[in-house]
Amino acid sequence: MIKLQGITKYFHRGSVNEVLALEGINLDVRRGDFITIIGSNGAGKSTLLNCLAGSCHVDEGKITIDGKNVTPWPEYRRAGLISRVFQNPLMGTCASLNIEQNLAIAARRGHTHGLGKGVKGRDRDLFREKLRHLGLELEGRLKDDVGLLSGGQRQALTMLMATMVRPKVLLLDEHTAALDPKIAQCILELTKRVVEDDRLTTMMVTHNMKQALRMGNRLVMMHRGRIILDVDGDEKALLKVEDLIERFYTAGGEEFSQDRMLLV
Amino acid sequence: MTWYAFVGALEQGFAYGLMVLGVYLTFRVLDFPDLTVDGSLPLGAAVSAVAITGGVNPYLSLLLAMAAGFMAGMVTGILNTKFRILHLLASILTMIALYSINIRVMGRPNMTLLGKKTILDPLSNAGLSQSVSAPLLFGIFSIAAVGFLIWFLHTGFGLAMLATGDNRQMITSQGVNTHRVIIFGVGLSNALVALSGGMICQNQGAADVNMGVGTIVAGLASVIIGETVFGGRSVARTVIAALGGSIVYRLAIALALGLKLGRFSFTPSDLNLITAILVVAALTLPQVRQRFRIR
Repeated sequence: MIKLQGITKYFHRGSVNEVLALEGINLDVRRGDFITIIGSNGAGKSTLLNCLAGSCHVDEGKITIDGKNVTPWPEYRRAGLISRVFQNPLMGTCASLNIEQNLAIAARRGHTHGLGKGVKGRDRDLFREKLRHLGLELEGRLKDDVGLLSGGQRQALTMLMATMVRPKVLLLDEHTAALDPKIAQCILELTKRVVEDDRLTTMMVTHNMKQALRMGNRLVMMHRGRIILDVDGDEKALLKVEDLIERFYTAGGEEFSQDRMLLV
Repeated sequence: MTWYAFVGALEQGFAYGLMVLGVYLTFRVLDFPDLTVDGSLPLGAAVSAVAITGGVNPYLSLLLAMAAGFMAGMVTGILNTKFRILHLLASILTMIALYSINIRVMGRPNMTLLGKKTILDPLSNAGLSQSVSAPLLFGIFSIAAVGFLIWFLHTGFGLAMLATGDNRQMITSQGVNTHRVIIFGVGLSNALVALSGGMICQNQGAADVNMGVGTIVAGLASVIIGETVFGGRSVARTVIAALGGSIVYRLAIALALGLKLGRFSFTPSDLNLITAILVVAALTLPQVRQRFRIR
């Protein structure tokens, strides 16, 4: 459904600081895939998601979604097909707007923002219903500014906003990394529930190998701008942390202890 | 303060109030410090004066002024978004360009409207004196603009504009073209400023290429004073506070100019100093209040 063909991305191209962030990435994401992406720092995981979302322009290669070539599309246009949750919990919501206004914006993703009423009365029931599902008791706080919420609550709200309008693909960029462990667990459970209930095609970047193994049906490991492992189904289900480490050694041959990957 | 000075301040507060609403829209809603206003205020005046001199209906001339202001704002917006020029610099470039354009529009640096029709004529014909008709008419205009802005900021597009000023990444990933929002928003802001300029020129009977100097300072001072005196969290409250701030600012200046301490009195050349002191007072007042708050 989503095809990445020969995606190459440089940073600071042509200068002494030139970095090859992605080197001819080929990836075929099937409908309903839940892919977890792991790799060390600078492997290109986030860059890959940014290129797909359109916040980075690719230097070479082609991105197609449902047969449509979206490579020249700007980010806001791709947003009609793609939704994202960022690592920074403050990034996905608007602090100065209240909860219902944020949700109203999300409910209009990919549609025009016209001169009709921003928040309509009939939307509120839907918003309350969706908020009740989060189980964070936000359903009675529609008029509260989002700036008053905690990071975890804001991330949960971002998850909800990302799925208000069903996306072709949901991109999660280490979306639990900046939260405390308890809230992170909560957001992970929510992610699992939302993705499974709606059978969303999802790509999730994580630094946590156990998380990468436990979640999703497919695992991609990246190293220095390339995909060095891509497994799915039973093969993925049987994979262990040790296998990943071994795989990493053979591909990278680097001192593993210096890496930020977590062994938990 | 005399009744005459009070009414004069009210009149100025409402007439410049439209400009303040424009400054509020860029400065507070879009988080876009826009100095174009120093050029778009005289642009509105020039277009209105030239149109009236050419026989256009005074009310229609205000529409033309707004259209001109909108385009000036769009230029700043396009320079910022499409040409990636820093917002402050983009607006300064438009502002200085407008100085030349305003002289081109009028054909000379200033022009009078002596004996020409103005928007105040229908009220004068109804028997109202200028000291009543001007504050009344400008009051109606600026309150209508407040109503319009409150409505606008509650529409879907208005929400997108509020979000653009708050979190650009968020609203982009929700599918909004922020370039379009900024270009339109800065345009709308300058349309209001030009409308203000058109009304001021008809009220004082002349348009001058230098009448816009210091507009942004007065605008920011009004917005900040309004927030301190009337401010609140809701959007409606902040829009009303901006207009309120404009009136308080003009009243404060009238008060200062009427002040006599022995042989000392302020002169109009002290206005900049008074404005600076007012803004400092408005910015520090909340902190002072907090420090002396009694539990």
